[in-house]
Amino acid sequence: MNTPAMLSQRPIEDPDLAPGSGPVMRTNWQLFRRRFFRHKMALVSIAVLAVLMVACYGAPWLAPYKQGAQNLLNSDLGPSTKHWFGTDDLGRDQLSEVMYAGRISLTIGLAVAALSTIVGVTVGAVAAYFGGATDQSLSALTDLFLILPDLALLAVAVLIFSQSYTSIVVVLAALGWMYMARIVRAQVLSLKEKEFVEAARASGASTTRILIRHIIPNCVGTIMVNATLSIALAISTEATLSFLGFGVQPPQNSWGRMLSDAEAYANSSSRFYLVLFPGLMLLLTVLAVNFLGDALRDALDPQSRR
Amino acid sequence: MLRYLARRMLGSIPVLLVASFITFWLIRRAIDPLAKYRHIRDAEAIMAQQRKALGLNHPVIVQWWSWLTHFVRGDWGTSARTSDAVSGMIQHALWPSVQLLFWATIASVLVALMLGTYSAVKQYSAGDYFFTGLSYLGIAMPDFFFALLAIGALVTWPAVHFHLNEPILYSIGLHTEGESGLSLDYFRHLALPVLTLTFGSVASWSRFHRSAMLDVLNADYVRTARAKGVPRRQVIMRHAFRNALIPFTTVTALDTAFLISGVIVTEKIFSISGMGQAFLTALGAGDAPFLLAWFVITSVAVIAMNLLTDVAYVALDPRIRLS
Repeated sequence: MNTPAMLSQRPIEDPDLAPGSGPVMRTNWQLFRRRFFRHKMALVSIAVLAVLMVACYGAPWLAPYKQGAQNLLNSDLGPSTKHWFGTDDLGRDQLSEVMYAGRISLTIGLAVAALSTIVGVTVGAVAAYFGGATDQSLSALTDLFLILPDLALLAVAVLIFSQSYTSIVVVLAALGWMYMARIVRAQVLSLKEKEFVEAARASGASTTRILIRHIIPNCVGTIMVNATLSIALAISTEATLSFLGFGVQPPQNSWGRMLSDAEAYANSSSRFYLVLFPGLMLLLTVLAVNFLGDALRDALDPQSRR
Repeated sequence: MLRYLARRMLGSIPVLLVASFITFWLIRRAIDPLAKYRHIRDAEAIMAQQRKALGLNHPVIVQWWSWLTHFVRGDWGTSARTSDAVSGMIQHALWPSVQLLFWATIASVLVALMLGTYSAVKQYSAGDYFFTGLSYLGIAMPDFFFALLAIGALVTWPAVHFHLNEPILYSIGLHTEGESGLSLDYFRHLALPVLTLTFGSVASWSRFHRSAMLDVLNADYVRTARAKGVPRRQVIMRHAFRNALIPFTTVTALDTAFLISGVIVTEKIFSISGMGQAFLTALGAGDAPFLLAWFVITSVAVIAMNLLTDVAYVALDPRIRLS
């Protein structure tokens, strides 16, 4: 059953095929799809994430009530057909609040993942490609950031800038690029010794061109997997920060901030739904993104060409 | 061995220095030491005077150096919030957090090793699938949501449902007023915070240990041991388990910095007055001297844990020679 690992676009024989029916050729893209879609949980995750994205980003059109709309006559209602997720002490519909808050949670997650991926890939690739003193100082910097307690540092850093949406994204990304840098560095270290890099250099390509056109495209699998996983990490880190009071400030709302508001109700059996629903949304999103990352890892891993 | 330890300790000094400079600079930026003078009469004159008295007219690096030289000589300054000595406050806050981390580390390592070994030995069994599913949930679960769920399900719900006068497990502090020591009361307080700190690490560590065990169980020397008639139990425990422990130690060491974040969240939710709670109070009150000491202590703790795992590494793997 062992098919040799192949790096090129060459089609590969299907080992699962019944004997005698002849080889079937498969391209890399077909292999990727085949292996990705074998993960049932990844398919469920895509569906869940699609619903969540539509519900959250479509909140202005889809939400049953306006954001922050109070109705004191309807305060503290448990989940019902009229208010699926119940209402809080000011009579705000929790379903609408969860949808609006999700916009911020998801946007922060995506933006932080994108930014920290760019920083991490740049640092990792530059460190590995140039080696020597550059590598040593950049690697030392990476290790240094891994030693500092991240949540505490984030809370201090958030205080420096205003607790606005953009500054939270920048701070989270500034302290979240290290794992990506380590992983990319390890991969570029082996890639830069390959013949195709030497060939590119011999034909006069500039360093930037070699890095961007030749080396980084070969790390795309690893980068995609880790970027996906870092979305999940960013969403839950933002939630933790907001829960501790260092995240987005009202009138902006995120799932973490909703949970921070609801913390007092953890001791109340009648209003526990205020904790439950934003938390479940958070859990569901992180879970789905993690499943997606796992499926991508299996599908993009060059070690298992099956 | 001792020489190796000494060299590693010397090597971590520059790391600590740079880390302390970064935190010093960040805290200077985040907290205005003159904030309390900003809105009084003659603010300009008093602020100029204070700026000189506190040395704020020097560059940050000079300020940092003067703070550092005092710090290593044991002069940690006084809290800007309570005017108490920072060293005393740290000592006071350290003990509850050390207790939490101690029990949480023991519990997570033991449970993760047990679950990981079970899942590897009984690969693809119903139990393996169950724990795999649970670990996905545990890895994705934010710890503060887990803590709130645990309070709801294990404290509030039983108390309301069975009309208890006092809950079975407590969710505030480490002791009931007037109690102390290793009593039943202590463990009833400890259960939920430790559970909160534990479940995340158990989820990821047990996954890791499972795959490490599977790698070893499929190795040739394990097959050889089985073939020459060593009982299965002994093969698993002596040949496979000990070897799988080696990668396990590395992973646990890498997660120590992560545990400190967990302590902040856990102590806040369960009102435990340890290092995490003290950090939040100090940050809220703009208590820079305390925060500076806090960051040094936590960075030293993380570096010390990394060193300790390296020592454990050698103890576990005689093939590694430290040089």
